[in-house]
Amino acid sequence: MALSQIETDLLVIGGGSTGAGVAWDAALRGLHVTLVDRGDLATGTTGRFHGLLHSGGRYVVKDPSSARECASENLILRRVAADCIEDTGGLFVTTPVDDPAYADRFVEGCGAADIPVEEITVGAALAREPRLNPRISRAFVVPDASIDAWKTVWACVRGATARGAKVLPYHQVMSLTMTADAVTGAYLRDARSGEQLRVRARCTVNAAGAWSRRVAELAGCEVGVVPGKGIMIAMNHRVVNTVVNRCTMPGDGDIIVPIRTVSVIGTTDIPVSDPDHIDPTREEIAEMMEAGEALVPGFSQGRALRVWAGARPLFPKTTGKQVSDTREVTRSHSVLDHEALDGVGNFLTITGGKFTTFRLMAKDALDLAARKLDLSAECTTATVPLPDSESKRFYWIGARQEEMEHEAPDDPLICECELVSRGDLQAALARRSDWQLDDLRRALRIGMGPCQGGFCAFRVAATLHRDGQYDRLAANHALGAFVEERWKGVKLISWGDQLRQTRLDQWIFQGILDVEHLPK
Amino acid sequence: MSTEALAPFEVRSSLDHCIKCTVCESSCPVAAVTPLFPGPKTVGPQAERFRAGDHSPDLSVDYCSGCGICTRVCPQGVRIAEINSRARAEMKVERGIPMRDQILARPGYMGKAGRPVAPLFNWALANPVVRLLGERIVGVHRKAPVPLAASRSFSYWAGRRRRFLAPRRVVYFHGCSTQHFEPEVGKKVVAVLEHNGFQVLIPKQDCCGLPLQSNGIFGAARRYVERLATQLSVPGTEGLPVIASSTSCGLMLKKEALEILGVEDGHLAEISKRTYDLFEFLLELHERGELRTDFQPVPLTVAYHAPCQQQNQLIGKPALDLLRLVPALRLVEMDRLCCGIAGTYGTKREKYDIAMRVGEPLFADIKTASPDLVACDSETCRWQIAKATGVTAVHPLEVLYRAYGGS
Repeated sequence: MALSQIETDLLVIGGGSTGAGVAWDAALRGLHVTLVDRGDLATGTTGRFHGLLHSGGRYVVKDPSSARECASENLILRRVAADCIEDTGGLFVTTPVDDPAYADRFVEGCGAADIPVEEITVGAALAREPRLNPRISRAFVVPDASIDAWKTVWACVRGATARGAKVLPYHQVMSLTMTADAVTGAYLRDARSGEQLRVRARCTVNAAGAWSRRVAELAGCEVGVVPGKGIMIAMNHRVVNTVVNRCTMPGDGDIIVPIRTVSVIGTTDIPVSDPDHIDPTREEIAEMMEAGEALVPGFSQGRALRVWAGARPLFPKTTGKQVSDTREVTRSHSVLDHEALDGVGNFLTITGGKFTTFRLMAKDALDLAARKLDLSAECTTATVPLPDSESKRFYWIGARQEEMEHEAPDDPLICECELVSRGDLQAALARRSDWQLDDLRRALRIGMGPCQGGFCAFRVAATLHRDGQYDRLAANHALGAFVEERWKGVKLISWGDQLRQTRLDQWIFQGILDVEHLPK
Repeated sequence: MSTEALAPFEVRSSLDHCIKCTVCESSCPVAAVTPLFPGPKTVGPQAERFRAGDHSPDLSVDYCSGCGICTRVCPQGVRIAEINSRARAEMKVERGIPMRDQILARPGYMGKAGRPVAPLFNWALANPVVRLLGERIVGVHRKAPVPLAASRSFSYWAGRRRRFLAPRRVVYFHGCSTQHFEPEVGKKVVAVLEHNGFQVLIPKQDCCGLPLQSNGIFGAARRYVERLATQLSVPGTEGLPVIASSTSCGLMLKKEALEILGVEDGHLAEISKRTYDLFEFLLELHERGELRTDFQPVPLTVAYHAPCQQQNQLIGKPALDLLRLVPALRLVEMDRLCCGIAGTYGTKREKYDIAMRVGEPLFADIKTASPDLVACDSETCRWQIAKATGVTAVHPLEVLYRAYGGS
């Protein structure tokens, strides 16, 4: 059987925010792009962050160059990715456990990094966020916001696809094809069908983030990326509607981000060797819940919904040093030209950085790639809005509730927690033909609410079966796998309300449906 | 569930207890009869996660009648009705409060306006042409039960009677209905309390703000209830029990002002702790052996309906327990949740039919029991039941009053 082949200008490896940003930028510059990921898009670090669009305030003292990048990218993304952003605003507050002297350094740093900052009274801060610790001594308003990582990645990908890009999720790079001095493409394997595929590319960008070391090794190159594990806990509802930060040197559990229907507390920072094995520990969870008390008294009594960890792609600019404290590594990014570094042409790695700066990372990578491809087109991602962001209207938390109020009463809810109707599900199914149950979760937020799939998972599986997407056995299998996956994020935080929920879910899945023993 | 009133943020946070079991949805009397209301879980703990306080995303929460059954049946302690009341108020602030609701929310105005011309006023309210105009122009359903104005207020009577002095004293919170529409109820309450040896103090008092609250007019409601708290604690009444004969207004003082309106007035919190529903107080007296039981036979069949707002006080059905002591009285307990009226809800043009469908099972049971009287602790429920069934509806106190020999 002949191998399928794709000819492309640019092969991008890694479908997180960086890779999607590279694809979008390249497509705008007129390049033909092929974007591949071993799983679904935005399932690595991008899909596992807290959702904070940094104002830069967090880094003004510790990492001023990263702060400046965040500040300018924040302004740009508000213009071009409005639909993905909720303009929550941010507060930095000095809690009783924080060094009161830091606040003045913070204000000075904001000035130096061009971050608009305004000090407000404690009373005004409490009026804005009634659950904040009343014992804070100072409060500053900065333009933090929350940003939906999945929406952003899909918007980039939709925009790129409309300009001819080819996007291949669930395609793992098996090997890179090389001449003596350059990368010429890759062999891919479709994780679902097992089929192999060959891509010939004029240039290849390694945008695998925390996994970029592995991709670079396929070309015999070394990338000294250090995965920094950070855990996050989503609380059942928004305890604050503004991003709240402790006004202190960045540490563990000092940010609460209101993102969509939840509030996420983060995070930790621990160097790890393997970004695929970063399970949170009970100790880390306990510390995180306790840390939340400094910002919001009673925080630890709230209902934790889910815990997860992400792996930051930290790239120490001073090479050769052993990294023991990843907090000390800059959050800025680096573009590595493997031709200059390792004598491997047409191959570059973009790593380091943060979600907030993904557009800038893509631009810097593309500027180098463009030189290699002898392309003169300039970057336009700072001015061309992403699909659905043309109106420049920010996302609003009440949108789904408001939409539901206007939906036909005969369009029942499939997912009650995140308000996904059967019509919404069918519209999503019509957009793409190869949905996995878990992809629908990221696309629609099915299974991400308080019941963690207890009431919607079987409805979705049944709908997929009825619509011919899954045969009976595949539907059974998908349901079992989905429930298993949800359980991973819940088992470590199963106490109180979430434990009650888990018991009810178990009665549904084990007692009524007996999912473990369904024929698969 | 706990009977302690929660702080406002705790009311919202109680949504964390929701495990989506749907007990509230299957108990909701409104969702059962209309698709316009998607149910208490849907507009409550579920929708609350989509509210951030800046702009209201709601519409259907307006069809919640505020009966509070959802909160009462929730096995997890979610303050569903309270969450919904607050969401409805947010919605109304944003979308505007109709003139009709402004009027319905201030029964005192109607009572005061009607009093000097009571016969004419009452004739007008009974006139189909006037009522049709009222429906078209104002939006109050032409068939909705409305009270008749009394030509003398309760306080007029109270201010002119001879004082009964006794060492044991209580403060009587009579409410607007007794003041303007049913002064006879208040007179009998005073008589029964005095019969049991209590001096009844009746400070000047205005509306508790409950109808404002249930119509989403929170600002005025807070002012009203704070004013009432001040009025009920005139010097010399410190620490005395406050007795409410209007069960919904009693609940306002006990809980709703704190949990729904978030009133933080320390005064109110203090009064709230010593406020009793009339029959709650009488039953406690009886349990201590301090209630006179010199009852005479009352050879009547009385159907007793415990109204939602009384049930939400979590005190059982004290009227039922006490009236069982009355000889010859045939008491039939109506085992239905709601009559539908929910204060002013069922009087509104767009909600009248819903309210009637909600009450239908109760009305049918009453007709089956064919009683001489219906007894019910809430005035608006009495008006609804009497109108729907044609059976005279009285406060259970009136039955007790007869048992004590009153007529």
